[in-house]
Formats: sequence, structure tokens, C-alpha cells
Amino acid sequence: MKEAFPYTIPVLTGYLFIGFAFGVMFQEKGYNFIWAGFMSLLDYAGSGQYLAVNFFVPGISLLHIVFLEFMVNIRHIFYGLSMLERFQKMGGKRWYMIFSLTDETYSLLCLTKVPQGVDETKFLLCLAALDQSYWILGSVLGAAVGSAVPFDATGIDFAMTALFVVIFVEQWLTSGSHIPAYIGLGCTLLCLLLFGSGNFILPSMICIMTLLLAYRKGEKKYAH
Amino acid sequence: MPISVWESIVVILVVGITIFFTRLIPFLFFPPGKEIPPTVQYLGRVLPPAVIGMLVVYCLKAVSIVQFPFGVPELVSVLAVVVLHVWKRNNLLSIGVGTVLYMALVQTVFAAA
Repeated sequence: MKEAFPYTIPVLTGYLFIGFAFGVMFQEKGYNFIWAGFMSLLDYAGSGQYLAVNFFVPGISLLHIVFLEFMVNIRHIFYGLSMLERFQKMGGKRWYMIFSLTDETYSLLCLTKVPQGVDETKFLLCLAALDQSYWILGSVLGAAVGSAVPFDATGIDFAMTALFVVIFVEQWLTSGSHIPAYIGLGCTLLCLLLFGSGNFILPSMICIMTLLLAYRKGEKKYAH
Repeated sequence: MPISVWESIVVILVVGITIFFTRLIPFLFFPPGKEIPPTVQYLGRVLPPAVIGMLVVYCLKAVSIVQFPFGVPELVSVLAVVVLHVWKRNNLLSIGVGTVLYMALVQTVFAAA
């Protein structure tokens, strides 16, 4: 726990901000801090929960909820793909790792090297659990403070953007090849322009996978 | 509350199960003991930087460059985060300053009329 904490500080800031923003929004729908904490305990997904705030209306279709939540979180399928080997070594604890594989925790797991002499399974589990505790804390605070002191939180969700920009820069500065980063940015921008902001994630994922695989083929060819 | 306690709990459970299932999909395809093909291993290695790039765009998807404020607050704040981070390499500082700057911009200079 002690070893894991410093690595989670960027998520601590990000999650307190965006969890807080979720709490404020949920509270505006009539759900107090206990509900906010309960939801963040069981659901745990930034954009998924922002979206879910709109589901608490009479006559909502459960199928509709499943479809929208799946679409908004479909990018998470990617995350599991790059964590297969690491999580499979973790035994039963992998269930929690899969459950808690959010954008932010995934980015941390990508970035962080397990310090020497520290048990990997315990370390990764601590990273994931600390992250979720920040998220729960942020949402509880947001719901509690939001109902007590009304204030203008416009723009607070930029914390999430800032967090990803930081991780992007960090990866840029530490990685050898920038090709995958270019592919990610380029494909997504192109698909956003082509398909519009409602439907671009799935085509972006397909485009990214295709180009990464093509890049590998090209690399192999030149290596010989 | 717009709906009853039990309905609210059902909504929360359905959302939770859907999110968990989405994250579980790759692990269903490759359970422990089943060998992971080299292509999938390769994707696992190169996907992270590409996905983070995708997430940055995803966060900025609602920005319009043809409508006021033309993405200026986002551009300024993202640049501030990048410059600060390259310069100081301090996560807390980059995220904190970037967010406060953005909030100040959209609430004052670029506030919707």
C-alpha cells in the first residue's frame, strides 16, 4: 500500500475532481451522498456513470441502459487485451482487477513498473483499490458538498482530459517509438470527423487495430 | 428521487453488470491456460500509447472549432498542461493548473452568452 500510493497521486487528483463532478450531478437528480457512494462502489466508470445519471427516470428500458453503457465503455475491451498476461498471473484477485479496469487505472497499469522487492499481485491490487477509493470519496464529497454549497463547477470535468494529456506526454517522453501514439491520435481524429461525436469510437478502434497490425507486418518485412 | 428505491437499485445493478461484462470480454476469449497468440501479445504491447491518444481525442470530442468559443479554452488549457508537464514532470501540478485554468476560462472570458 505504502509503495503503491505515490503512483496513484495523479489519479487521486483526477478522480477527486471528476468523482466530485459526478456527485454534484447525481445529487441534482435527487440522490444523496449515500447513493453516490453506493453507485461508485458497484458501477465504477467515469463516463459510464456520467451517462447513467440520465437513467433514473420513470419508464426507462433496461435494454436501452445495457446498450448505451456497452457502447460508451466499448473501448475497455482494448484494455483487457493488453492486461491478459498480467492479470492471469493474479489468480482470484484478477476478478477485481477486471472489474476496476477504468481508463485511469488502465493508464496507471501501463505506466507503472513494479518496484523491486515488491509483490506484483499485491502492488497492482493496491493501485486499483486505491483508485476506486478516491473515486468513491470524490463522488460522496461531490454529492454532499454540492447539496450544501451550490457553486459553479462548469469545466471541472476537464480534470479527466488533463489526466490523459499528462499520461500521453509521459508516454511520449519515455517511449522509443511514437508510431502507435500517432496512429491513436490520427485514427480517432479522422473517425471523429467522418462519423461525428456520437459514433466514432468503434470505427476508431477498428482503424487503430488495422494500422497497428499493418505496421507490424511492415516492420517485419524491413527487418529481414 | 424520480423513481423508487428498488427501481434505482435495479438501474445501478444493470449498469454495473454491463460495465463488468464489457471489461470481461477479452478474458472470456483468452482464459488462463489458453495460450495468447503472438498477434494479440503484440497488440497488448502497442495498444497503450494508441489508446491514450484515442482517449485524449475522446475527451475533446464535443469541442467545435466553427462555433464560439472555437475550442480556444480547450486548446489553451491542453497546451498549458503539455508545457507544464514537459517542464516540471509533476502530475499534480499539470492536472491542477490545467483544470483551474480551464474552469476560469469557460466561466469568465469564454462564458456562454
